[in-house]
Amino acid sequence: MAVIYADNNATTQIASSVLNEMLPYLKEYYGNPSSMHTFGGQVGKKIQEARAQTASLLNAAPEEILFTSCGTESDSTAIRAAIKSNPSKKHIVTTRVEHPAVKNLCEQLAKEGFRITFVPVDQNGALDLDFLYQSLTDDTAIVSIMWANNETGVIFPVEEIASVVKGKGIAFHTDAVQAVGKIPIDLKNSDIDMLSLSGHKLHAPKGIGALYIRKGTKFSPFLIGGHQEKGRRGGTENVASIIGLGAASKFSQELMTKENTDVKILRDTLEKGLLEKIEHSFVNGAKERRLPNTTSIAFEYVEGEAILLMMDQFGICASSGSACTSGSLEPSHVLRAMGVPFTAAHGTIRFSLSTYNTMEEVNFIIEKLPPIIQTLRNMSPFWKQNQ
Amino acid sequence: MWEYTEKTKDHFLNPRNVGVINEPDGIGEVGSLACGDALKLTFKLDKTQRIADAKFQTFGCASAIASSSALTEMIKGLTLEEAGKITNEDIADYLGGLPKEKMHCSVMGRDALDKAITYYRGESQKKIEGEIICECFGVTDLEIKRAVAKNGLATIDDVTNYIKAGGGCGKCHEKIQDIINQQSIGTIQIQPKMKKKALTNIQKIKLIEETLAREIQPALAKDGGDIELIDVDGDKVTVKLRGTCATCSKSQITLKNYVETKLRELVSDSLEVQEVN
Repeated sequence: MAVIYADNNATTQIASSVLNEMLPYLKEYYGNPSSMHTFGGQVGKKIQEARAQTASLLNAAPEEILFTSCGTESDSTAIRAAIKSNPSKKHIVTTRVEHPAVKNLCEQLAKEGFRITFVPVDQNGALDLDFLYQSLTDDTAIVSIMWANNETGVIFPVEEIASVVKGKGIAFHTDAVQAVGKIPIDLKNSDIDMLSLSGHKLHAPKGIGALYIRKGTKFSPFLIGGHQEKGRRGGTENVASIIGLGAASKFSQELMTKENTDVKILRDTLEKGLLEKIEHSFVNGAKERRLPNTTSIAFEYVEGEAILLMMDQFGICASSGSACTSGSLEPSHVLRAMGVPFTAAHGTIRFSLSTYNTMEEVNFIIEKLPPIIQTLRNMSPFWKQNQ
Repeated sequence: MWEYTEKTKDHFLNPRNVGVINEPDGIGEVGSLACGDALKLTFKLDKTQRIADAKFQTFGCASAIASSSALTEMIKGLTLEEAGKITNEDIADYLGGLPKEKMHCSVMGRDALDKAITYYRGESQKKIEGEIICECFGVTDLEIKRAVAKNGLATIDDVTNYIKAGGGCGKCHEKIQDIINQQSIGTIQIQPKMKKKALTNIQKIKLIEETLAREIQPALAKDGGDIELIDVDGDKVTVKLRGTCATCSKSQITLKNYVETKLRELVSDSLEVQEVN
């Protein structure tokens, strides 16, 4: 059975150009980039190339890029570094809709004695900026706001927020794991101090991430060890994956226009088709300021996991907005924060596309999903009584 | 990934007995849209007072639908007395087992059946007994106590998995923890009276083995751990921790605070537990 992969905010296919760049460094060029000999040294040169490619995608300088193992490590490194560099400050500002990498870290920091402000969002998923700005105090060590939401695709005005935060002398970090590679990012002309990204969201392999650290930003390493990454992260480099991230950055940069035209057309077609064919369904979050590849659709009176499992029978891969899949019965914290009613939150499905999707696949989903929803609704005790 | 058995998947993809029976003898409705799952069960009796037909409507995840489907198949042909004896574990067993996080789906089936039988017997719906602890899902302290005692639940997550309490806003977590704590004290108070007479060596070893198998191994297994009895020398009990316990940083705490406490409580006060080197 063919796989129809519409879960690209979870992970993406490794681009073949990326894999080709990586393979020699998993085979013949196995040297350690820290070695003195030419055999190892040539690997170090290739890493510098990857660093430049990654920097170029963000319009940053190569020395501002720190390679990590994943987006989560980048987030933890950034936030821990900021509070360590400002030991007298005990306040952190973030949002109610962050990825667990930031959300759970902040909850942990609350236990360690920090005061955390979780900025709310409205029903469109837009951030309450007044609330955010009013929460900033002399005690605020760092503001960490995601660039784009993983579940709804809603984009936050992080550049605008960064300049206000910077104006008050507070460090600003953004978890841009979902944004990098999908929308243009220009860090040179922004006030963002630190930015996290993850390779496997942009067609590089899993197990590689990066943290952008603006030149001059106070920093303290998360992993203590050797002199790798200029002493900012100990540990022998994940050479092949770093090279993969460099190649993927180049790949994404070249496809940026396509992402915002072709992929967007696929997404819009999918969204329109499903909303037209399935009554009692709607999009979660603002439609305008949104990632071009993501749509989060609520199907009322049915439950997400059941939808996913039925789509799985046709090879269609997507994600659910209800957490029934993970044991807790609470719908996702993002949908809850937006005030999406329970009736709809439980039946929310996120489709996230990539450049590898086709119009045939989109039409296949539009054909297969309506009968699935109908089958489940016919089974539901709430369906008829709400007609 | 779904860890469902083939039978669970079959009952989800090809559910039996979907619908509502006209003029049913019994109706049971549990759950709500807010909960994330709900079940409406109807049945009809034949002349011999056996369940001739049963149908369900379910809003919920795959295992909720499969549990409902399984329940309707299981109760057909039974008397109400026989049906009333079906437990949620029976429903899970019928499906070849359910993931721990999904046990509440089988509990929902059991509750709906209870209500449907009560409806038929014309008994007034049971009044809510006890105090509501989890307001999101309307679960009382008595229900939580019963679930904790019956299934040996040790954590708030366990309670949520079984009866959903604590799965919503989380405000009640402290109260649930209190109930879990009380229940574990309760067992310590009741059980010592049943034993702790002087034991011969053979009896002691046997009792240690039984206690490990019945009490301690199931509790450790919940976190993927296991324990093996290596030797008993006088009051020195030597064990080996396995599975996740073997690599857990808290294993020494587990050994002293839980394994030793439990063995002292149920076997002999003077036991000392140590881990094999």
